[in-house]
Amino acid sequence: MSSEKKTFKAKEGSFLELFEYKDLLKELVARDIKLKYRRSILGYLWSILNPLLVMIIMSVVFSFLFRRGIENFPIYLLCGRTMYEFVNQSSTKALSAITDNTSLLKKTYVSKFMFPMARITASFVEFFFSLGALLIVMIFFSIIKGELMFSFWNLGFVLVVFEAYIFGMGLGFLLAQLNVFFRDIKYIYNAFMTMWIYCSAIFYDVGMFYEKAQQQLAAGGKPYAEYLAKIIEYGNPLYIYIKQFRFFVWEPAVNTSYNWAQVTMTDFILGIAYAVLMFMIGTFFFKKSQDKFILYI
Amino acid sequence: MSENNTEIMNTDNEYIVDVDNVTVRFNKASEKIDNLKEYVVKILKRQLMFQEFIALEDVSLKIKKGEAWAIIGTNGSGKSTLLKVISRILKPYKGTVKTNGTIASLIELGAGIDPKLTARENIYLNGCILGHSRKFIDEKFDQIVEFSELEEFLDSPVKNFSSGMKSRLGFSVATMIEPDILIVDEVLSVGDVLFRKKCMNKMNEMLKNGTTLLFVSHNMDQVKKLCNKGIWLNKGKVIMQGDIDEVADEYTNTIEKRKEEEKKKKP
Repeated sequence: MSSEKKTFKAKEGSFLELFEYKDLLKELVARDIKLKYRRSILGYLWSILNPLLVMIIMSVVFSFLFRRGIENFPIYLLCGRTMYEFVNQSSTKALSAITDNTSLLKKTYVSKFMFPMARITASFVEFFFSLGALLIVMIFFSIIKGELMFSFWNLGFVLVVFEAYIFGMGLGFLLAQLNVFFRDIKYIYNAFMTMWIYCSAIFYDVGMFYEKAQQQLAAGGKPYAEYLAKIIEYGNPLYIYIKQFRFFVWEPAVNTSYNWAQVTMTDFILGIAYAVLMFMIGTFFFKKSQDKFILYI
Repeated sequence: MSENNTEIMNTDNEYIVDVDNVTVRFNKASEKIDNLKEYVVKILKRQLMFQEFIALEDVSLKIKKGEAWAIIGTNGSGKSTLLKVISRILKPYKGTVKTNGTIASLIELGAGIDPKLTARENIYLNGCILGHSRKFIDEKFDQIVEFSELEEFLDSPVKNFSSGMKSRLGFSVATMIEPDILIVDEVLSVGDVLFRKKCMNKMNEMLKNGTTLLFVSHNMDQVKKLCNKGIWLNKGKVIMQGDIDEVADEYTNTIEKRKEEEKKKKP
């Protein structure tokens, strides 16, 4: 009777079931993006303008605050900030994805993964818009400095973006299901996000810690600052992605060689491992608790 | 009291909807705890209590393709719960539910309608929610618009629509797409007489084309006109199921009796 034939049948409630609702995912992503910019004169331009304005303010502030200069600081800053913004936006929006779609979940059956997934993907699309800001700054610097800021290496960013997307999904699913049972998670998570931005070396560099460690060693103490740097470098997935992103976009454009900015194979393996782990944790808990959502929303 | 008219036991494949001994239990918390702070406090004080609430008890319902079933019963008897179990919104605590084909559930008209989007955008969104591809909706688009009589308002946001207009939109999308199983829950009480008639005609037409219908209504005349089978629920249990005229008459009699009894109590 129905003229549609489904060639692929995933198990009910599994992540793969999303693929049966491909078109719905597209509609929901389009809705999120469309609605955000509807009725604003500058529309999509805001995605570019917002990071640009923040970058200008931060560049001015931090060039006064820190005496040690980072070459091409605006590009350095924007690399970190766009990455952070993606993780921040996608996870915060995914957090309320289930609770915001209560009426729908109570009345029809849809793959529940759909709602956080749509929001994460919408943030992902916006992330690409905001790369426009980076592009503008890089063109601007190329003209001002008279040397090309772009390189063949830039293409590597695709790899980083892929890792971050997988990681973002896992985090989003985990938060979305938690928020159904505990509505105050969002306040805790807000505070956590603030902590996270300071731990991710967005407007400072990890090299600072190593210098401090040397001072501590020279003074006969233990190099505590180095331990801290190691924690950030190995324990903070967001920093791992920022570091990789800078390696592909900012690093090729600077003349100085910074030790702390070098990316090794370990960084890639760690980055992928964190992404896969987070994805598995997120989908596991989401899948396990999704049948109970209806009783709590 | 229960008188189950379960007919000849058949193989599973013959039924388009097969509800088998389904029990739905809610863990009704004595107080609704939905935040971490309270949860921790309650655990520390050992006050976390749960009350059980059985919404459906051992309900079996076997529906063959093309049948039209009415679900009747007083408020709170588990009608909507049964529909929700069939349309996979709720998972049964015990028992199994098997369905065979696409389901469009009109448990509330315009459940998936986003007021900020235009009618056009909503048609696509709702169609996709019902599990159809964009291409398929493209093909049906004109038909949907024509049935909903909303040609002039296609590009204005739905938040400016009246509730009647919204339900017209919802019904049009859900039925134009020709599901195998259509689930309708008291939604037709909105809308003007003309549109209600149009909806009844549409449902009749769908029935002729082989769609299976599950219908909840308190209007016995409407039910008798549209359906050929009936199931009567009371407090989560099946009182009676079978031919619609028998079930509906029995139900009306009981309700009348109850009314009289209540009258006697209050002289």
